[in-house]
Amino acid sequence: MSEKHHIIPVWFFVGVLLLVYGFLIFVSGLAEWSHPSNTVLAELHAPVWWGGLLFVLGLVYCIKFAPARKS
Amino acid sequence: MIAAMASTAPTTLVHLSAVDLGIIAFYFALVLGIGFYLKRFAKTGEDFFLAGREMTAWVAGLAFVSANLGSLELLGWAGSAYQYGILAAHWYWIGAIPAMVFLGIVMMPFYYISKTHSVPGYLQLRYGSATSALSAVTFAIMTILMSGVNMYAMAVVMKVVLGWNINFSIWVSSLTVGIYVAAGGLFSAIFNEVLQFFLIWFGALLIPILGLIETGGWKGMVARIQQNFPGQDYTHAWSTLGRFQDNPMGMHWTGIVFGLGAVQAMGYWTTDFLVVQRVLSAKDIRSAKMAPIIGSFFKMAVPLIVILPGLLGLAVLPMHLAPASNLQPGQYSYNEVLPLMLARYCGPGLLGLGITALVAGFMAGMAGNVSAFATVWTYDIYRPFLRKTAPDQHYVSMGRWCTLIGLFVSIGTAYLAMGFASIMDYVQALFGFFIAPLFGTVLLGMLWKRVSRAAGFFGLLAGTLSSVTMFTLMKLDHRWVGVFALSPHAQGLAQDMYQALWSCVTCVVVTVLVTLVTKPRPDEELKGLVYALTEVAHEEHTSFLHRPLFWGIVALAALVVLQVIFW
Repeated sequence: MSEKHHIIPVWFFVGVLLLVYGFLIFVSGLAEWSHPSNTVLAELHAPVWWGGLLFVLGLVYCIKFAPARKS
Repeated sequence: MIAAMASTAPTTLVHLSAVDLGIIAFYFALVLGIGFYLKRFAKTGEDFFLAGREMTAWVAGLAFVSANLGSLELLGWAGSAYQYGILAAHWYWIGAIPAMVFLGIVMMPFYYISKTHSVPGYLQLRYGSATSALSAVTFAIMTILMSGVNMYAMAVVMKVVLGWNINFSIWVSSLTVGIYVAAGGLFSAIFNEVLQFFLIWFGALLIPILGLIETGGWKGMVARIQQNFPGQDYTHAWSTLGRFQDNPMGMHWTGIVFGLGAVQAMGYWTTDFLVVQRVLSAKDIRSAKMAPIIGSFFKMAVPLIVILPGLLGLAVLPMHLAPASNLQPGQYSYNEVLPLMLARYCGPGLLGLGITALVAGFMAGMAGNVSAFATVWTYDIYRPFLRKTAPDQHYVSMGRWCTLIGLFVSIGTAYLAMGFASIMDYVQALFGFFIAPLFGTVLLGMLWKRVSRAAGFFGLLAGTLSSVTMFTLMKLDHRWVGVFALSPHAQGLAQDMYQALWSCVTCVVVTVLVTLVTKPRPDEELKGLVYALTEVAHEEHTSFLHRPLFWGIVALAALVVLQVIFW
């Protein structure tokens, strides 16, 4: 993204955000497995697969746009 | 801070768990960290006000569409979808896509080649100080008022949904925005807009996914809506627009096509500096042309996370929502449909993500307002009229102070709105007064070299005054609605569309008439500012997959397909 400045790409920060949120949501989804929340369609365990998706995407962004690498 | 957030009232719509609060706290920590990190890069005026003009097309494009995707936008249009059905999607389709493509293909080269810092800056080059000052002063005042009014509205939403104290919401979010924008300027604003873009999509996309699973797909949803609201059509975008009285919006297709698509959307997306500033940060002219076109594809998809949840609300919510002005005790308003759907499907963790998306949208919108205000004040009011020559560092310093001052004025406006609720409607209407005529002034200036300085000024002034006059007359006496909006059945949104249309027509007619009786500027003064005298780089040697024009055509074709599908 930066030619004049060597700024960490915004995509790296996106990756960090998704990674942390994915982890937190995934773990809370696992905790809900034994005590399902009273939301509609709780039996689909959305926090588990949605949190997992966010975590994987975040990991990919973090690795691909890590500050040490050239984007 | 978190303890204060957690002190929710017993009547709140949703209750947050520890993991939800952790998610919100992490967002605040991350944006402040990014602001402090970027401070070291915002040294020159170009860095602070235009993010160094080094953003890629993707970053500028996402920031461009994200600057408009605030929380009130999400909540308001989801509520409109519940109230009016899929008609609300017109504001994302014909009310956005053609204008974005037009900005990228036709107008961006002039903004970019003229190296202007802002839209009033372009008017200064094209028409001189009077027109630029009129535009800059109105934009600066309205932007900061809008920021405050939105701040108050969002604090009210947070109180209703989460039970957060209004003062707490206003001060914590404002100070956070003030710190990160004053530190990193447009760099910070754009970085956070990109973060917000991802948050909003990942925070809201689960609602339509789970909603469609619950209803058994689109057909199941339509069947349930017909069962809950018999005799009303919520799922056709055009077939009910033949007569004003055939749809709940009181709208006619001419209002959508000419008022919304041809004037109001064009005015907003091509001349509102809040969004145009994001594209001006692009690293080269091809990126500047591509950015709004990339944004147009995402804008086209936003109904998936805004309009569809509103429609799903009609299908699955056990209660009927009502207008905010006519709520019975225990009843929810249209604007609460998105939080209601969030609470329906999202448990701990996912709820925190959804609420963070709303908070992020609110803060990104405020950051957009204050960064645009700081630029217009510094470059279009302070520099030309108060201090013409000063070192670049002085203007950067002025921009930082303006960010903070603008924020405190916004907070003041928020408290003013708290005391006089009706001021919100009027401030939003005021903002609309300037956008439609400004489009006429800018477009004529770019396409017709004959237009004189006086014509630009008087055209803009006449268009704005005509808009104010129409608004006042329609508010004072309903008979004027039948005159200006073509039917007494026209409702608020329809009135706005025709008001925009006639004010732009007035601006164009006055501009043309004054041009014909005044002396044009010499050609050499207009190089790089008007179509006939500007060398725009040709793209014959570029593969068509890299041409903005190709992708603009693809975006327009996709728009047509969507209209046919949801006719």
